[in-house]
Amino acid sequence: MIGLVDHFPILQVLIPLLGAPLCFLLRREAIVRPFAVAASFACLWISTNLLGQVLDGTVLVYEFGGWARPYGIEYRVDILNGFVLVVVSAMAAVVFSAGIGQARRAIPEGREYLFYAAALLCLTGLLGVTITGDVFNIFVFLEISSLSSYILIALGRSRRALMAAFSYLIMGTIGATFLLIGIGFMYQMTGTLNMVDMAERIQALGATRGVFVALAFVVVGISTKLAVFPLHHWLPNAYSFAPPLVSAFLASTATKVAYYLLIRFTFGLFGAALVFDEVGIDLLLMPLSIIAMFVGSIAAIYQTDFKRLLAYSSIAQIGYMTLGLSLATQAGVSAGLIHVFNHALMKGALFLVAACIAWRMGGTSLDVMKGLGRRMPVTMAALVVAGLALVGVPGTVGFVSKWALVSAALDQDALMLAFLILASSILALIYVWKVVEIVYFQEPETEIERKEPPLRLLVPTWILAGASIYFGIFSSFAVDVAKLAAEQVVMAGL
Amino acid sequence: MMELADQLLSRWNYVAVVVLMMIGLYMAISRGNLVKKVMGMSVFQASVILLYVSMGKVAGGTAPILIEGASDIIYSNPLPHVLMLTAIVVGVASTALGLALVVRINEAYGCVEEDEIVALDRAEDQREIQAEDAD
Repeated sequence: MIGLVDHFPILQVLIPLLGAPLCFLLRREAIVRPFAVAASFACLWISTNLLGQVLDGTVLVYEFGGWARPYGIEYRVDILNGFVLVVVSAMAAVVFSAGIGQARRAIPEGREYLFYAAALLCLTGLLGVTITGDVFNIFVFLEISSLSSYILIALGRSRRALMAAFSYLIMGTIGATFLLIGIGFMYQMTGTLNMVDMAERIQALGATRGVFVALAFVVVGISTKLAVFPLHHWLPNAYSFAPPLVSAFLASTATKVAYYLLIRFTFGLFGAALVFDEVGIDLLLMPLSIIAMFVGSIAAIYQTDFKRLLAYSSIAQIGYMTLGLSLATQAGVSAGLIHVFNHALMKGALFLVAACIAWRMGGTSLDVMKGLGRRMPVTMAALVVAGLALVGVPGTVGFVSKWALVSAALDQDALMLAFLILASSILALIYVWKVVEIVYFQEPETEIERKEPPLRLLVPTWILAGASIYFGIFSSFAVDVAKLAAEQVVMAGL
Repeated sequence: MMELADQLLSRWNYVAVVVLMMIGLYMAISRGNLVKKVMGMSVFQASVILLYVSMGKVAGGTAPILIEGASDIIYSNPLPHVLMLTAIVVGVASTALGLALVVRINEAYGCVEEDEIVALDRAEDQREIQAEDAD
């Protein structure tokens, strides 16, 4: 056992990376499924251990082959990415436990192992982006996760999933290439790829044209991946036509990792002084976030499909996160991070509810959900719980994030902003209520018997729904860790 | 004016990068044919390879192979080339996946033109609404 803990940073990425080809060797679904779940739980165990190691403010540095920076590649764990690692691997562990779900119809008999291989590769990419301390590595891991997520999205039931995956592929590749161009300019200006080294040199360079260009490309590239308002076009189609379990996984991890990248690049690499004081990205990001909050929520109200409604709501929720970032204060960043954790829980739970409905009814249009409150009472109770969290009712995680965000806005004396946050919550209440009303107060068109989905779907759904309440009442975990992470990244940079 | 032309000509490789980049981006965004979109994306990625490789060139530098005993030799920077090996792999993978998706789309829709696919989807929606009205 000695020395194993020292290698946790690399094992974090290596386990799912080697797990993916192993899926090909194991083949039989009965073996591959428990194997993939075990791999994701191993990742969760490692990430919680890593977060525990760095919580006191130390930074774990793992040098590849013993080559120290700036020559070698290193993995670097601090509170910020330790926190994101835990979120990603926890969501992977919960969602993978639910199995393959509706994607089964798109996969030929006996080829189910390919699904798990793609899912593990996606997890590899997301964890790799988060843990690495080398900017070029970020691009490579981002593409690993993106390519496998295109495959997963294309597995959706209708043929529109193919088009959704294709548009996401074009948008995603252009976004990642923008990031690559930005990284190229950063490399050109500094001559290094190591984050710590690069941050020092960029901040010494100050406001030069090359740095501006790099910043522009990087921010646009990451924003495409994050689906910040005008660049969100791929998201509704991708999430609504993908198999529900895939949407559950991607909605609760992929955009969170992109948000982490945005924090890392703005506060860590370029430095808050340059990004916010000199360039004034907040002047652009704040209005866009506010528009996203309203446009996303209003569009969600008009949707006729449950998954599509959730997808539009995600755009609004991403608006809350970027709004926190655009405040450029410690409280704002920590509110954004709290929302990363909380939104992963509640959106994961809601998409899992969608998976339950799809399993039972074959689709997730709001029409088939009429009267499901009496036909699937346990599942629908989870929907209500997670829905209330989305609105931000006290006692749920949603309230914790909204509280943090509103107080961060009030710290800046931005009364108007606090008001807008609350106003958009009312819009969330409208679309959540619309679903609840259909589920509980409308009669189904055809009589159907009472039947819950199998436990392998129901248990993960309730784990996340339960967590949305548990962490709403005992909110100290997310709040404290996010505060420490924000303190580290805002005060000390990297 | 002459100064600008001079500057552009002396950095012709960067001009090529920009031209290629814009051609690729324009194709990826504006073309309705999905295969052309993938090709545009591919051109866009290729332009970045040229950008990085240009970066690695040191004026008067030679190939970075260590020559024993000589100390005053300038070497070009090999790192961007190595990075681009990875980027080429990524580019090939995304082009291949994009084309594979186009094949699947062609099987499912019978065409690879975006507006025709949108029209087919719309027609499908219309039929669903009519079927509901008939009920």
